[in-house]
Amino acid sequence: MQSLPFQPEQASSIAGSVDQLYFFLTAITLFFTVLIFSIILYFMIKYRRRSPDERPRAIDGSLPLEVLWTAIPTLIVAVIFVWSSLLYFRNSEAPKGSMEIFVTGKQWMWKVEHPEGQREINEVHVPLGRPVKLTMTSEDVIHDFFVPAFRVKKDVLPGRYTSLWFTATKVGTFHLFCAQYCGAFHAGMIGSIIVQEPDEYERWLAGGAPGESMEAAGAKVFQASGCSTCHTPDGAGLGPSLLGVYGNPVKLVGGETVMADDAYMRESILLPKAKIVLGYTPIMPSFQGQLTEEQLNNVLAYLRALGKSQPKPKEEGKQ
Amino acid sequence: MSTATLEPRVHAPRNYLNADYGWKSWLFTLDHKRIALLYMVSVSFFFIVGGSFAVLMRIHLTEPQGALVQPETYNKLFTLHGVVMIFFFLIPSIPAVLGNFLVPLMVGARDLAFPKLNLLSWYIYIVGGLFTLYSAIAGGVDTGWTFYTPYSSTYSNTQVTAVAIGVFITGFSSILTGLNFIVTIHKMRAPGLTWFRMPLFLWAMYATSIIMVLGTPVLAITLFLLALEHLFHVGIFSPALGGDPLLFQHLFWFYSHPAVYIMILPAMGVVSEIIACFSRKRIFGYKIVAFSSVAIAVLGFLVWGHHMFVTGQSVYAGLIFSMLSFLVAIPSAIKVFNWTSTLYKGSISYEAPMLYALGFIGLFTMGGLTGLFLASLATDVHLNGTYFIVAHFHYIMVGGAVMGYLGGIHFWWPKISGRLYPNLWAGIAAVIIFIGFNLTFFPQFILGYLGMPRRYAFYPAEFQVLNVMSSAGATVLGVGYLIPLVYLIWSMRYGPIADANPWGATGLEWTTSSPPPTENFAEIPVVTEEAYAYGPVEGIGD
Repeated sequence: MQSLPFQPEQASSIAGSVDQLYFFLTAITLFFTVLIFSIILYFMIKYRRRSPDERPRAIDGSLPLEVLWTAIPTLIVAVIFVWSSLLYFRNSEAPKGSMEIFVTGKQWMWKVEHPEGQREINEVHVPLGRPVKLTMTSEDVIHDFFVPAFRVKKDVLPGRYTSLWFTATKVGTFHLFCAQYCGAFHAGMIGSIIVQEPDEYERWLAGGAPGESMEAAGAKVFQASGCSTCHTPDGAGLGPSLLGVYGNPVKLVGGETVMADDAYMRESILLPKAKIVLGYTPIMPSFQGQLTEEQLNNVLAYLRALGKSQPKPKEEGKQ
Repeated sequence: MSTATLEPRVHAPRNYLNADYGWKSWLFTLDHKRIALLYMVSVSFFFIVGGSFAVLMRIHLTEPQGALVQPETYNKLFTLHGVVMIFFFLIPSIPAVLGNFLVPLMVGARDLAFPKLNLLSWYIYIVGGLFTLYSAIAGGVDTGWTFYTPYSSTYSNTQVTAVAIGVFITGFSSILTGLNFIVTIHKMRAPGLTWFRMPLFLWAMYATSIIMVLGTPVLAITLFLLALEHLFHVGIFSPALGGDPLLFQHLFWFYSHPAVYIMILPAMGVVSEIIACFSRKRIFGYKIVAFSSVAIAVLGFLVWGHHMFVTGQSVYAGLIFSMLSFLVAIPSAIKVFNWTSTLYKGSISYEAPMLYALGFIGLFTMGGLTGLFLASLATDVHLNGTYFIVAHFHYIMVGGAVMGYLGGIHFWWPKISGRLYPNLWAGIAAVIIFIGFNLTFFPQFILGYLGMPRRYAFYPAEFQVLNVMSSAGATVLGVGYLIPLVYLIWSMRYGPIADANPWGATGLEWTTSSPPPTENFAEIPVVTEEAYAYGPVEGIGD
């Protein structure tokens, strides 16, 4: 679709559908604004006071009219609600097999890490036409990752992960704004999303300083911090084996079951006593304040890889 | 003075204004009308202060790199603009000025239920205001009026505590005013003034008071916790201290969304009075308009989560909050349709208060309809945190609440001051304000859709044209606001003397002299008819 004047560029797979709803809402707004303005203007002229002693007969109201103008707005907002909620639901889950990128917000910059080890600041290189999922956290205050051309936005919070996904549909450079006020240079916390043809993107990924992949960096942190001493692959250590854990349900002491997702993994590293895996004792020390957000991201990338590397070795994991 | 001798003056009868002239008679007054005037002077002062911050912001934003001040200073400007306008102008404006003046007159009583609490509420408001002014002079505060944590609690090194204390204190003035109105409306109505004979302004004040009494304590607790974390590093909101980064937003919006209805419901009450008077018609669907105020007050407490759709809250929570936010739009729509229908077969005249009231309906309609974009999840994701939000809430709070306040001041000015103002000038000012308002804020809808985030001290050059348009419109709006200030002050001395009921309005406040005597009524009136008895009643189906 050609960009209309006063319309931001559409450069993601969802931009068109968000704009359709936006135009529908604009049409509703225009219709009712014009309707109310015209009726008022018409009444203002037609029923203007012609003599100072006019005493118009009072009208108490009208139940049918009240029902009508309660029902019509209710119907309209019901349509908008269903339409927008379906769209929101569809847009909220990243497609399976999305490319992963990690983003850390910090006063006043965006730090970006690709699983292959490439790092960038205030720039995010992504390939055209491939779903990209961002896992985001903040080192300090609340930020917000906003790409107007993609019609996506999500807060970036300290102490927890949020995520956002998009599929870019246009090659080019697009604004990345911080949309949650974050201090003195909030307005300067802007960057670019650089969308490249897939082969160009591969060249970019391979070029530059060849960094270590996030998974490999995470494995090193895992060793150096002593995690591997207890979390042995065979499950014979003091802590549970982490093979096949990420992305699967975990049984806890007390009978509860939780999904081993980013939030659970983070909590288990920083606040290990919050949730204890069934069959183990709460002896793990907290790593709060000992790992940087980037080290945590790397460990997370490593744990995600471990989660895929082997099916869950417990008896109920039949699949 | 020579001018005084030119006008033949009859010695004015005793009224609440000339009852006594000493400064003590004002600062220790227990008369609700005098307290209303104390509030009028104070909120006008804060309106000018908050408006000056807005002027500086609009000048600054004419250049992409910022034309006037450093980013840190700009951040303080928008923070103080918000804090002053919301907590020290909009929230007290109609309730504490017009409500204080009119609630006893409209119920046919001699004063509010608790006159001493009423005076206390003004002093509390002033102390809160002084804390806020102190914080502005002592270096300012840069958190935004929303005080989001952990920025406000652990990262900002500006005067967060002073402002939090200022707003905390002022909240108690709001609670006392609400309490006073609730008791007065329940217990002090004149004989014959049943609930469904009350003017809709009283219904609006009643609904507003309930929000004030129930909501404000939550804000007070929230700011107290914020100060606790800021001063003593008690971990409540900051994850680094073991707190929850979103808890603050839940608590803050639990008050601050209903606070929007503290600002708009009173304006709706004012508009109902004005529309009825200047079309000489009973409000169409009186009971439905009355109940819709109560419905808005109740539903308003259940929609705070729509400020948090992009925080990562669960999609199911988002769904519920979205649905409730759509629901709260319906009673507002019903009100607009009923006001419009009131004009039908009326006898409409266009004095200044009516122009403000009609302007209110237009701008409130646009503000309400653009709210649908933000209640709707998929579009809110794009528009949240942009200038679209800024435009939307200014249509409600300035286009709605301020237009309502000015309309009310113009409507009741003859009663308050005993004088008339030049109607032509008042009409011109109303039109200039309406046009200036749209020129200022309409471009901001487009800016927001294009993606410009709010609270940016500098911005990419492509947004400049719309920003300059908005600043140019703000100049018109500013001029519009200055005109009433001039002719209203002029009219206090030189305006023609007003009689008891210059507009030919119904309502008990118009049955006593202008200005009213200290005791309001020589004898407590007895009410024998419905509100807005401008003409004989008929059903529409006849």
